[in-house]
Amino acid sequence: MKTVTLSKFLPLACALMLGSVNAQAGEPSRPECIAPSKPGGGFDMTCKLAQAGLKDHHLLDSPMRVTYMPGGIGAVAYNAIAANRRDESGTLIAFSGASLLNLALGKYGRYDENSVQWLTTIGTDYGTLAVREDSPFKTLDDVIQALKKDPKSITVGGGGSIGGQGWAKIALLAKAAGVDPRELRYAAFEGGAEHYMALMGKHVDLVTGSASEIRAQRGNKIRALVVYSEERLPGELASVPTAKEQGYDIQWPLIRGYYMGPEVKQEDLDWWKAAFAKLQSSEEFQQYLQDRDVLPLNVTGQALNDLVKKQVEDYRKLGEEFGLVAE
Amino acid sequence: MDTIHYLGLGFGVALTPYNLITAFCGTLIGTIVGLLPGLGPVNGVALLIPIAFALGLPPETALILLAAVYLGCEYGGRISSILLNIPGEASAVMTTLDGYPLAQQGKAGIALSISAWSSFIGGTIATIGVVLFAPLLAKWAVAFGPAEYFVLMVFAITCLAGMADNKPLKTAMAALIGLALSCVGIDSNSGVYRFTFGTLGLADGIQFIVLVLGLFSISEILVLLERTHHGHRAVKTTGRMLFNLKEGAFVLATNLRSGVVGFVLGVLPGAGATLASAVAYMSEKRMASKDNQFGKGDLRGLAAPETANSGAACGSMVPMLTLGVPGSGTTAVMLGALTLYNITPGPMLFQNQPEVVWGLIASLFVANVMLLVMNVPMVRIFTRILAVPTWALVPAIAIVTSIGVYAVHSTTFDLFLMIGIGVCGYILRKLDYSLSAVLLGFILGGVMEDNLRRALSLSNGELSILWGSPITLAVWALVGLMLAYPIFRAVRARKSAQLLIAD
Repeated sequence: MKTVTLSKFLPLACALMLGSVNAQAGEPSRPECIAPSKPGGGFDMTCKLAQAGLKDHHLLDSPMRVTYMPGGIGAVAYNAIAANRRDESGTLIAFSGASLLNLALGKYGRYDENSVQWLTTIGTDYGTLAVREDSPFKTLDDVIQALKKDPKSITVGGGGSIGGQGWAKIALLAKAAGVDPRELRYAAFEGGAEHYMALMGKHVDLVTGSASEIRAQRGNKIRALVVYSEERLPGELASVPTAKEQGYDIQWPLIRGYYMGPEVKQEDLDWWKAAFAKLQSSEEFQQYLQDRDVLPLNVTGQALNDLVKKQVEDYRKLGEEFGLVAE
Repeated sequence: MDTIHYLGLGFGVALTPYNLITAFCGTLIGTIVGLLPGLGPVNGVALLIPIAFALGLPPETALILLAAVYLGCEYGGRISSILLNIPGEASAVMTTLDGYPLAQQGKAGIALSISAWSSFIGGTIATIGVVLFAPLLAKWAVAFGPAEYFVLMVFAITCLAGMADNKPLKTAMAALIGLALSCVGIDSNSGVYRFTFGTLGLADGIQFIVLVLGLFSISEILVLLERTHHGHRAVKTTGRMLFNLKEGAFVLATNLRSGVVGFVLGVLPGAGATLASAVAYMSEKRMASKDNQFGKGDLRGLAAPETANSGAACGSMVPMLTLGVPGSGTTAVMLGALTLYNITPGPMLFQNQPEVVWGLIASLFVANVMLLVMNVPMVRIFTRILAVPTWALVPAIAIVTSIGVYAVHSTTFDLFLMIGIGVCGYILRKLDYSLSAVLLGFILGGVMEDNLRRALSLSNGELSILWGSPITLAVWALVGLMLAYPIFRAVRARKSAQLLIAD
């Protein structure tokens, strides 16, 4: 009997001692951010933002580790968390709109959007289309008219496969033009910047991408035709018109944020939420995000759950429309 | 003359004591990380970014640190290839072909020192190339579209045929096994999961590191165990630790040619260093006279891939700096680091932040020299690995290998997969199949398939895109040359034999 109480008591005592060492009350132990990809790229960036932001604003005492768990655009990490690592209070996993799209298309295996707890978003990005500076296409309408005339007249490059993020941005446009997206000449490049190289080398006429990618390409001779946001973006890309302005109602936001295991306790979840709320309220951090081509967006709690559900639902509908949902 | 002025500026940055110490630490850490099978430059650089950031290093110092680690890893990678027959990363696969036989012959010291020297030459040639031609080369990199990449891979596979020697069928089979393995995983064109058997562990295909460590490391462990069982003792370490002038002169022409090949191919984003080392090795082998020892411990066979992969490592900085496009997995991580520092790579970088760019270029020179100076005395320490008895070596390799695989992807599935592949690798080895051909088929096959399908989606299925540009035509001509050359040589050999008989 005595041993039982002792073994129960011991971790508690240790936790208390650790707690007194940590200045941040209730800080979860061994904070870790999993980027469900190889190093480099968007998920890695999302984790690095948390790592650097929380440290610089003294919201987290112990250093946060960033680990990598690539596989199926987040599928492997999602399954690991939903199945095995359900209650790790210190583990955040980065997600993006691409994760939600794949989740919606049934590529995450047997788990759905209710299998994890969505913590918070940190920022957002928006889809774009870009051409070379000397391209004959000046507006979105030019592209749509060309597609209407002959869907095979334009070669398109994007990051990710057919049915993925890159493809969806041109497929939506094709739909607006009344063209079957299957008719398009679309080449799937690896994410990152390969498709921009193909654009510069005149191997493709048009590339799909995102606002942050366009900013990363500044200095190269390319021109953004449209940004799929509700309103014009602030800063450098303010000159790029939205699709709405050009007469087509297409929006493609790409949220970035973190989720946690399904059995993480409410108080730990609340601790992280509070830490991110403090972080996001700092002017300095807002600027920090913008400098890194991320538009600040802070959605959390029930609002985030609703947002995630809505996006997954939208993506699922889209997938069904294009015949992409895996059985 | 601007170049010289800027280079001076760069050296001014790189040669400050603080940055020199940073470069030294970087090269040292890099060598050690590269030495461990499974941990390559990507991991080394990724591990160090948070540290560089936490230490509050200024951007140019951080970049110097990362570049030094990158080059250090490329240096370190060859050590396990030569001594243990375990390539730590893709670009070191070719190094095992002649490096390991040399070590087996007791010439480990010579092999290590000459490969360090070759890496130095390759790195230096490429860095000079970066200084002189960076903006021009950006154009060359951009000119390569899907069709051009596909033809380039065809060329590489043709080169691979040169590995065949006396067992062409087995080499072809091995390469086909590699090609088949590269089909596993998400299809990059349509997003469909292929051959994953419902396991998400295979969603991204077989990870290169799992394949290489399974094929080489695990099978090597099994071979070592078998030898111990037969009471066979491991290799003795004897002989000189440093190559002599004659050996240096013997490989000099190879060094120069391979350095250029490495640099030019390294500039192309994608398969850079691996492709470069394979092409350099094969073309040197074809050029060598008939009584060459390639595959059995020819110094040129060691020098060629080592020069080429160092050249390629430096070359891969070109697209990163000039276009903002990563030239390799490692530069992708470095790009991420630049973004953290709020530096946007690309054409504006040369104008806006010349101290960063030229500081980096100058530090490539510095790191190369440092690595050479540091590596040569360390040869003696490294060769001690050969003296480790098998009972201690096998568990050590097993542990380091498992950590390498687990640390990179944090899934136990990969560990089991590695062991499974290892057992297959052992069987293939016993049947005398070339494991390097499996690996190269795997690496080149993936790139080749992706680009063929990209090219055909762009051309709407028209095959003519594959020979539609001057670059594709030129590469096809090289393919023809590669195919025709052995025939030509055979005919000439027969003619001279006939002449001899006639005499």
